[in-house]
Amino acid sequence: MKDSLNRLAERAASAGLLDVAYTTTDSPFGPLLLATTPRGLVRIGLPNQDADKLLDELATRVSPRVLETAAPFEQTRRELALYFAGELTDFDLPLDWQLSKDFRRRVLRQIARIPYGQTRTYTQMAKGAGNERAVRAAGSACGSNPIPVVVPCHRVLRTSGGLGGYGGGLPMKEELLQLEGVLKD
Amino acid sequence: MPGPTGLRLISISRLGAAQRLIPEVTDLPPFQTLIDAHAGEVMAVCRGAVGRSDADDCFQETFIAALRGYPKLQDTGNLRGWLITIAHRKAIDHHRANGRRPVPVAEVAEASSEDPPLGGDGVWELVAALPPKQQAAVTLRYAGDLPHAEIAAALGCSPEAARRSLHEGLKRLRKELA
Repeated sequence: MKDSLNRLAERAASAGLLDVAYTTTDSPFGPLLLATTPRGLVRIGLPNQDADKLLDELATRVSPRVLETAAPFEQTRRELALYFAGELTDFDLPLDWQLSKDFRRRVLRQIARIPYGQTRTYTQMAKGAGNERAVRAAGSACGSNPIPVVVPCHRVLRTSGGLGGYGGGLPMKEELLQLEGVLKD
Repeated sequence: MPGPTGLRLISISRLGAAQRLIPEVTDLPPFQTLIDAHAGEVMAVCRGAVGRSDADDCFQETFIAALRGYPKLQDTGNLRGWLITIAHRKAIDHHRANGRRPVPVAEVAEASSEDPPLGGDGVWELVAALPPKQQAAVTLRYAGDLPHAEIAAALGCSPEAARRSLHEGLKRLRKELA
């Protein structure tokens, strides 16, 4: 049955009928859900997030043609493993931004450009996205980041230097910043 | 004349528009949940209908067709029945494609010499050798677990005719197994 299902995923992909592929991968924080469209990585679910709910959202917002298959994720898995091992600083993965619109997308694109091991503030992100006063909206854009870790919203802090929030829980944000050498253990 | 009646007409037509919109808002579950729930049954139907050696082709064709139609599917009340019916149609396609080959009996004999004669899937090899209507009725009833009414719908015949095909098919199987 497993062979049949692998063959099905392959056939669906080549027939243009695989709109969203997903798989899970291990991380130091627990299993991550990875989802991709033909355009690129569209969603990463963090260990504390409900995978079934994320898949329902993808079915509703992207396409109900959602299939589980590991085949498209070889590079994503490899890069994530290297990143968590401290051996990769820049992800080189095609991304699909369709789950974020307008101001939120502009904020997230700003975040995607923050270099490894550096941090920015919510205010800087709001300004970079074209509305300096929309600090709160920039914060909620970070909170809604559909592709955390790869789009490094953990590198955005409060102007006061406070950590702010994190969808995967504050301990994960702290550990990612430690991994990148921003915070000391 | 504008008035209460006119207003009511407007509100009714708005309601109609809203209802028409409902099927376009996709609240279909991820397709993978259909696979998780029903892949085993679909495979069983395919085995029963076309025999083990071609079952995977039938299985693939079924799910590819289902994926193709899925986003536009309006009635999501019986996804299982929908899949089983597609599997049945794909099995018919398969038999049609093979129909030009002579002496299907020889093929069955060939297939069953490779496979264990009975027990396990053996009985499904016998089912695959039944006349098409009987074979379909038996498969949909026992591999697909469909009620008579749904078998009739899948076969495009009356429930009574479906029941008869099932009965004839079972009688023949019992004879062969005896």
